[in-house]
Amino acid sequence: MTQTSTAPRSSDPGPQRAARRPGTGTTATRVLGGVTLVAIGWLVAFGLGFSPADRDQEESVRILYVHVPTIWVAYVAFVVTAVCSGIYMFSRRHSLGWDRAAGASAEIGVLFVALTLLVGALWGRLTWGVFWQWDARLTTTALLFVTYIGYLAVRRLGGSHHQRARRSAVIGMLAVLLIPLVHWSVRLWRSLHQEATVLRTDGQVRMDGLMLFSLFVGVIAFTLIYVWLMLHRTRVMAMEDALDDHGLEEALAARRAEGDRPDGER
Amino acid sequence: MSTWRIALLVAGKDLRVERRSRVVTNQVVPFAAVTMVMFAFALDADAVLQRVAPGLVWLATLFSLLVLVQRSYAIETDDGALDALRVAGVDPAALFWGKALALAVQLAVLEVILIGTAVVLYGAEVRAEGLVLLVTTLVTATCSLAVVGTLYGGLAAGFRGRETLLPLLVLPVVAPVLIGATRAVEAALGTVPGAVVSEGWPWVGLLAVFAVAFGVGGTLAFGPLIDE
Repeated sequence: MTQTSTAPRSSDPGPQRAARRPGTGTTATRVLGGVTLVAIGWLVAFGLGFSPADRDQEESVRILYVHVPTIWVAYVAFVVTAVCSGIYMFSRRHSLGWDRAAGASAEIGVLFVALTLLVGALWGRLTWGVFWQWDARLTTTALLFVTYIGYLAVRRLGGSHHQRARRSAVIGMLAVLLIPLVHWSVRLWRSLHQEATVLRTDGQVRMDGLMLFSLFVGVIAFTLIYVWLMLHRTRVMAMEDALDDHGLEEALAARRAEGDRPDGER
Repeated sequence: MSTWRIALLVAGKDLRVERRSRVVTNQVVPFAAVTMVMFAFALDADAVLQRVAPGLVWLATLFSLLVLVQRSYAIETDDGALDALRVAGVDPAALFWGKALALAVQLAVLEVILIGTAVVLYGAEVRAEGLVLLVTTLVTATCSLAVVGTLYGGLAAGFRGRETLLPLLVLPVVAPVLIGATRAVEAALGTVPGAVVSEGWPWVGLLAVFAVAFGVGGTLAFGPLIDE
């Protein structure tokens, strides 16, 4: 047919692409990564060094500085997933960027819930003597974990990007509806976990000052890790989507070029 | 036609398909019954079986729910019937409620059979003062399971791997129904020593909230889910 279809399309913007550095890092994420590393070092210093051992739990209390921040990040991640899903569904543009942010956030959330459960089981073994207890908060967290594994499975069902986005947005929003119901039902069922010590309604915090400070360092460090992972994962997802779209175009162009060859026309 | 009229038509169609194919009577009910027998093998002692009978009834119901939902959407997607319904301009909300209604009828029949099985095999007893609670629990739990099953079944319908995806999606979601319905039936039947009937009512409240939440969620979300 025309000249453009006979020439391989990829050769056109090729040299420019190759000149650009591949990867998802920018100056901003590198600075953020540096700050995150410093925060982790700070957490290690306070969590393992400066903070005192507990009167009852002794050294094992140091698990607290990982256990609480990881679940905090997981909750934040799932709220972000729900909010991004909502924005995707209800905005007029239905921008895929929101869908990718929701997916990236859910992946990181699942990772951090897994960490919380793992670390919590170890801590439970040390303080309660068992890895697992059928108490309200543990059970809710386990169900939360499975629910979002299901969400991630739905994201991989296939279909177009917008099909994926719509399906997962519905699941992302339903999951938020589900969590209070699960928590309520399991609370009615049974409860053993210690009551919240920091976020108490009467405003009094029952914790040693230095331990509390170390915990805040932990929350800051893990929140920074979340933001850093989130930026990179969202960009990787954008690249994957672009590869899906672009890869198809390339294949089509190659097939057309084959069909246009003189020996192909008989 | 009004939404309810269409919903009733869809439900009628689903039930007619089931009546003629006899899959529920020939496969799903025997499957549930054999599950109950398997529970007895696993748990062995008579006293334990009587104590946990309500939980086992609901577990068998949940497993059967997965089979029923697969079945309900297999008949839609095999011949592209779901697409045809959408092309015909059927309101997604009506479709959702129609399929949920048909599923609820099948589940209700199954639950009555399973409770009968528990009475015969596990020695559970239905007592007169708990009868109102028992019936209310069955109705609300059935509604909850039907709306959740229809919603998530519609999500997985028409995709490869739906057979394995559906249990992963549905089981965590219906965990509150399993807890609530089991406790309420325990109170109604008095299988736990010292259980009084009034303890069951808060659980029925939980089931009702669940049914309403997912009923509303399903009505709103079903359109975007299947409209692609």
